[in-house]
Amino acid sequence: MPNPLNPNTRKQRIDDLAASSAGGGVALADRSVGDAGHVEESAGVSLIASAWRRLRGNPVFLLGATISALFVLLAIFSPLLAPHDPTARLLIDQVRPQSNPIPGAQPGYPLGADSVGRDIFSRLIVGSRQTLVVGVLATLFGFAGGLTLGTLAGAFGNWVDSLVMRLVDVMLSIPSLLLAVSIAALASKPSQWTVIIAIAVVQVPIFARLLRGSLLAQRSSDHVLAARALGVKRSAIVFRHMLPNALGPVIVQATLVLAGAIIDAAALSFLGVGNPDDRQPEWGQMLGAAQEYIYDHPALAIWPALCIITVALGFTLMGESLREALDPKSRR
Amino acid sequence: MVGVVIVLSMLVFLWLRSLPGGTVSAMLGERATPARRAALEKALGLDQPIYVQYWEFVKRAAQGKFGASTGVQAGTDAFDIFLQRFPATIELALFSIVLAIVIGIPLGYLAARRRASWFDNLSVVGSLIGVAVPVFFLAFLLKYFFAIQLHWLPVSGRQDSGIDATRITGFFVLDGLLTREWDSAWDALKHLILPGLALATIPFAVIFRITRAAVLDVMDEDYVRTAESKGLTRRVIRGRHVLRNALLPVVTTIGLQTGGLLVGAVLTERVFSWGGLGEATALSFERRDYAVLQVLLLMFAITFVVINLLVDIAYAVIDPRIRTR
Repeated sequence: MPNPLNPNTRKQRIDDLAASSAGGGVALADRSVGDAGHVEESAGVSLIASAWRRLRGNPVFLLGATISALFVLLAIFSPLLAPHDPTARLLIDQVRPQSNPIPGAQPGYPLGADSVGRDIFSRLIVGSRQTLVVGVLATLFGFAGGLTLGTLAGAFGNWVDSLVMRLVDVMLSIPSLLLAVSIAALASKPSQWTVIIAIAVVQVPIFARLLRGSLLAQRSSDHVLAARALGVKRSAIVFRHMLPNALGPVIVQATLVLAGAIIDAAALSFLGVGNPDDRQPEWGQMLGAAQEYIYDHPALAIWPALCIITVALGFTLMGESLREALDPKSRR
Repeated sequence: MVGVVIVLSMLVFLWLRSLPGGTVSAMLGERATPARRAALEKALGLDQPIYVQYWEFVKRAAQGKFGASTGVQAGTDAFDIFLQRFPATIELALFSIVLAIVIGIPLGYLAARRRASWFDNLSVVGSLIGVAVPVFFLAFLLKYFFAIQLHWLPVSGRQDSGIDATRITGFFVLDGLLTREWDSAWDALKHLILPGLALATIPFAVIFRITRAAVLDVMDEDYVRTAESKGLTRRVIRGRHVLRNALLPVVTTIGLQTGGLLVGAVLTERVFSWGGLGEATALSFERRDYAVLQVLLLMFAITFVVINLLVDIAYAVIDPRIRTR
């Protein structure tokens, strides 16, 4: 059982709590924590209460959590909220490729339509779901990869550690987006999945580094020494005593990665290696596709960009304030 | 470090071989006859075993022979393209990082000094907004408002084509200053502002936050309290004890921003048709110009590794604790 006085256990608690209070923004990441290990919920209620009070009084955290929660709700209920079918070419007869390729705003279509006459407002609403899915899956896959590598390195040490860390170093030596673009370019049939995988691979070394660092710090800590002295098996020490305590900072990182993944998906579209299939709307894809008309019809780019910025900001504000609340140095 | 470069070269090599369609399709198109494909494969040595191919690749790479560009500047040697465009990107990146440092460090210091004030909260949220905006969209916004709508600054490129400037170093602003062609330097500087701002946002946000966090950390250290109780003046405490120690993590961060700058350059240069390595990277992905891509990827990675090494050395110079270990 993790030592309740260990600061890392405390971190974990605050994190669990913050994640559940954030209204689903990190719900998926949170579930994977449950897979890796479970933190006992006994004792320390006052601790949770004080942590919650600290976060509840933090306007930055509240703003971020509200934006994230609204975004997730929008993504869940989007088909009910969209006034039109996002794939129907409703205003196609207004599209004049020569003179006026983009139908403007009009009653029933507050933001106008795109170059094939589809309602932009509906596409933005419905696109929230695909955007969330891309962000969450890319983060989850990156997290899973980093978890595997980081656990291998941090738990076994020695040559496993140096091998894994050299691999991580090499991956980190390629600037992140370039790595993602290179991976996406490998796909013979680009799709939403190639985008997700390309972004996920870039996150692997970051998660691996973080996990290894906090696992290494724990190897010499008292609760691990105690478990070892009691003759607990190595696998049990790693999975039950070390991993759960190491996950706190990683989950904070996941919140930030989620924001980055949504932005990166847009950048991949901008560079021409994104998902070419635009039947299922996604904000990054909409923004990337808008560049063709960007100087004559900037609104086409501005709306999806505003959505991306708002959501990325929401997750970033939440992640940063969680990180600050978890950092023992900033608890003064 | 040498190991990292070797592994990287292997990865870039394998990556090139596994691209969809491969080099032959890229050069001949999908509909080439099998006989022509086989002939080209033989000419390129693609019928050899993979380790022989890799060795050939390394030998050619060591001599700077990566083949001719097929899409970015068709016919030009890929390594020459790298050399030609190198100064443009360095000029832009240096301008941006200096901008980010000059604004980021003082702002971070002030925010930490007035912790939890409106100034602090505003600049923290502002720096986070900077991170949340996609770089290419910011670049587009700046270009749209300040160049296209307001005509305050030039739309694209590094210098007006009408200016007959003497080239010495390839850094246009520096060239203008060295040759005393002031109008040429001024014009190049005007071209730098918008892409420089777009590229500087993320490094600025990161440097600002690291400085703020570091100053907060240091202000609580025992030696600062000791200095205060010794009765040292505020100026001495802030300069010698707080700022000097707080700058240690900032130095590392500046080095780590190089990778981000390269990525940002790809997006920013594309928007402003900057004519540097970043634009070449974006174009070579669009046009599937693998000869140019392999050079750029290798050189980007090597630059990044070298800069990280320099940061480690700089850190050891600044921080005496590391040397004694």
